[in-house]
Amino acid sequence: MEDERVQLTDKQRKARRSRSVAIGLALAALVVLFYVVTVVKLGPGVLNRPM
Amino acid sequence: MPHEWKPPAGKAGGFGQTETPDQVRMALIEHRFEDAGSRVSEATPGDYLALLKPRVMSLVVFTAFVGMMTAQAPVNPLIAAFSILAIAVGAGASGALNMWYDADIDAVMSRTANRPVPSGRVAPREALAFGLVLSALSVMTLGLVANWLAAGLLAFTIFFYAVIYTIWLKRWTPQNIVIGGAAGAFPPVVGWAAVTGDVSLFALVQFLIIFLWTPPHFWALALFKSGDYERAGVPMMPNVAGEASTRRQIFAYSLPVAVVAVIPALIGAASLAYGLFAGALGVVFVFHAWKVLRMEDADRGMRPAKVLFTYSVFYLFAVFAALLADGIVGRIGAAG
Repeated sequence: MEDERVQLTDKQRKARRSRSVAIGLALAALVVLFYVVTVVKLGPGVLNRPM
Repeated sequence: MPHEWKPPAGKAGGFGQTETPDQVRMALIEHRFEDAGSRVSEATPGDYLALLKPRVMSLVVFTAFVGMMTAQAPVNPLIAAFSILAIAVGAGASGALNMWYDADIDAVMSRTANRPVPSGRVAPREALAFGLVLSALSVMTLGLVANWLAAGLLAFTIFFYAVIYTIWLKRWTPQNIVIGGAAGAFPPVVGWAAVTGDVSLFALVQFLIIFLWTPPHFWALALFKSGDYERAGVPMMPNVAGEASTRRQIFAYSLPVAVVAVIPALIGAASLAYGLFAGALGVVFVFHAWKVLRMEDADRGMRPAKVLFTYSVFYLFAVFAALLADGIVGRIGAAG
């Protein structure tokens, strides 16, 4: 049976991989950013909430 | 049968300079509606970075930082850094939206023909999605990191640049960059609001410095690139009102540019040393604008216009660097 899937060229595969890596790094940076901002803005108060 | 994506006809190596603007528009429209399933992108992260207009972003980062430092309000360095990052991404997002909408114009101008969308490396809808996602992300981040006034101002700035300037004014009136200049003038106000939660007279003066600087800066460029704008059908001042009128208007704008930059010293927001420095820079600005005014019609090399354009970039940088130095000295004084 003939393969109907899109066959990526080397260039397309490399470009997709580098885009995936960039998205991963950007997401990781966002996680770090919001973690640090939470600590800076709330400090120890982040644990101080009514039970 | 396996199939590979091929760029739309005529776009493999970017548009040549032989297509008419209408041909370019048709190619981009076909590209916009082509079957999404048959297309695999070859765009690299670098192409997406180029959509953010890094050089414009660097100026935005710098002026927003000056707005923050001159605000004389206590600020956590990490909050300041993340706020600047959010402002920079917001500016980049508006750049991406501009490149999405203006791909047809960019394709026929030598300065912009190799941008990611007109060259075919990034599809228009990808640039649009990228710009919209980054706009929302940057505004929300600034709201959460700093405050919602700064976030609202950033959202308005993006809207102003992408919709008011790019979609509405740019193709309609030679006053496009006069009014549109407001978008480039907002970053110091956003930076100021990010650390203080309000907007003061000094922040508005910084806005005014960039706002008034924009027309002579872009009209100097438009004088020696008028052929490009003419071909793209963009109504810039030289190809609508003529070169002589543009030269007069450049000179007329150079006078308030020189005066407004001195105002921070006059209202006591900056030192006398700053005032003298800004005044001297302004005198040189007016001198170069006067040389443009006196430029001969037959002068197709347009050296005075090129000199003014280069000097105007230095001028804005120098004025804001001086405000920054003044602001830092003020902070050190306040801390001592």
